[in-house]
Amino acid sequence: MDITLIIAIATMGGLAFIFAGGLAFADKKLRVEENPLIAKINDVLPGANCGACGKAGCYDFATNLVEGKVNVNGCPVGGIETAKLLAEIMGVEVNDTIKYYPRILCKGGINEAATKMTKYYGPLDCKSMHLVSGGDKLCFYGCLGGGDCVEACPFNALFMNEDGIPELIEANCTGCSMCIKACPRNIIEMHPADRNVFVFCKNHDNPKQSKNVCSVACMGCGICARPSEGGVVMENDLAVINYDKFDDSKIPFEKCRTGSIAKLHENDKSTIIN
Amino acid sequence: MELFIIFFSAAVVNNFVLTYFLGICPFIGVSNKISSAFSMGLATTFVMTITAIVTWLIYHLILVEFHLEFLEYVSFILVIASLVQFVEMFIKKISQPLYRALGIFLPLITTNCAILGLALFIVLKDYSFIEGIFYGVGAGAGFTLAITIMAGIREELDIADVPKPFQGAPITLIIAGILALAFMGFSGMISG
Repeated sequence: MDITLIIAIATMGGLAFIFAGGLAFADKKLRVEENPLIAKINDVLPGANCGACGKAGCYDFATNLVEGKVNVNGCPVGGIETAKLLAEIMGVEVNDTIKYYPRILCKGGINEAATKMTKYYGPLDCKSMHLVSGGDKLCFYGCLGGGDCVEACPFNALFMNEDGIPELIEANCTGCSMCIKACPRNIIEMHPADRNVFVFCKNHDNPKQSKNVCSVACMGCGICARPSEGGVVMENDLAVINYDKFDDSKIPFEKCRTGSIAKLHENDKSTIIN
Repeated sequence: MELFIIFFSAAVVNNFVLTYFLGICPFIGVSNKISSAFSMGLATTFVMTITAIVTWLIYHLILVEFHLEFLEYVSFILVIASLVQFVEMFIKKISQPLYRALGIFLPLITTNCAILGLALFIVLKDYSFIEGIFYGVGAGAGFTLAITIMAGIREELDIADVPKPFQGAPITLIIAGILALAFMGFSGMISG
């Protein structure tokens, strides 16, 4: 056999052997003892890395869970199913968590809300409109219709209806509350899934002004607050529900002239879609 | 003085990334945050320096001795791959977040052409052992410089109003081009 070939094989083999030995030694010295539970938990988590749990991502949540810094029901996206799986892995009991949904508290779409004399030309996202002039609608409190919440939703649980107001598809919603952070006017709020009476308005204008800006605005007449025994309070010409004392049998829904205080599912199309 | 010129030449005048266009993939891939970009630069600098030392030793003490110069690519790749493996273990040990931030680009240093380029340049230019080390450190410093400048610009870019067709990769490549243009201003100061 050619002598060069033998030398070549011997040299490369020798070098490879030295490096392999070095790496094996380094591996022993530098090995990171990673808790196998973390990987297991990470597999169960939704993997959206949305940050709704308050941690930097699903992996971070898993690490914190193993260290006992968060609870098994700390993931709002995974909900009760994930909590059960996590509890099984961690060997603890799980208490049922209540599911929360975002509720869009404005009904003033393009057909209801009055528009300005001037037209808004500019970027059509809510943040820009809110910063510049508030878009085309006269109402300073209502939905801008730019769809920032729809864009922010990682689960396609929101869509803009033909009226220009976002609607929720509950089946897709995981309760991660990304839409709430996206809304510059704070119209979207998280509420327990079984809560179904809301004031669908955020307008604090006086009665005359609110009648001018939107046909479905809460005028602040107080007709719902009077018989409610503290269940509804008036704050700067806006009815606000105090859910601690609230009893919906005491609310005269039919007397509300603009229909801004209402039951959710009576006029919610999203439930039909589902 | 000679050594300083070699260092300066590798770091600035003939910057590996912006003049030779070697090692573009981590330059684009990890340059979105200054902290992780700088760490990537340091990791690459470490690998480059050790590569310069080890490949010089292997080339001159083993390959030349046994007339096995045709094995230079294979043996250099072997050295680089082992070193990168070591760096990966080391980073995983000292900083988990950094390990995740660098992600796939850390093992990709293995096939980073800047590093193989460095090893081959040292052979090509016939540097002595000390010169080789300075060249390696210089090349690493140049890479760190380039990737950190890039990350600084890209952090500012996050809040800039970039036209939609340019968002993402296109604007990054344009910036890389303009940076290269700036670094070309040094060309001719030191040859080779």
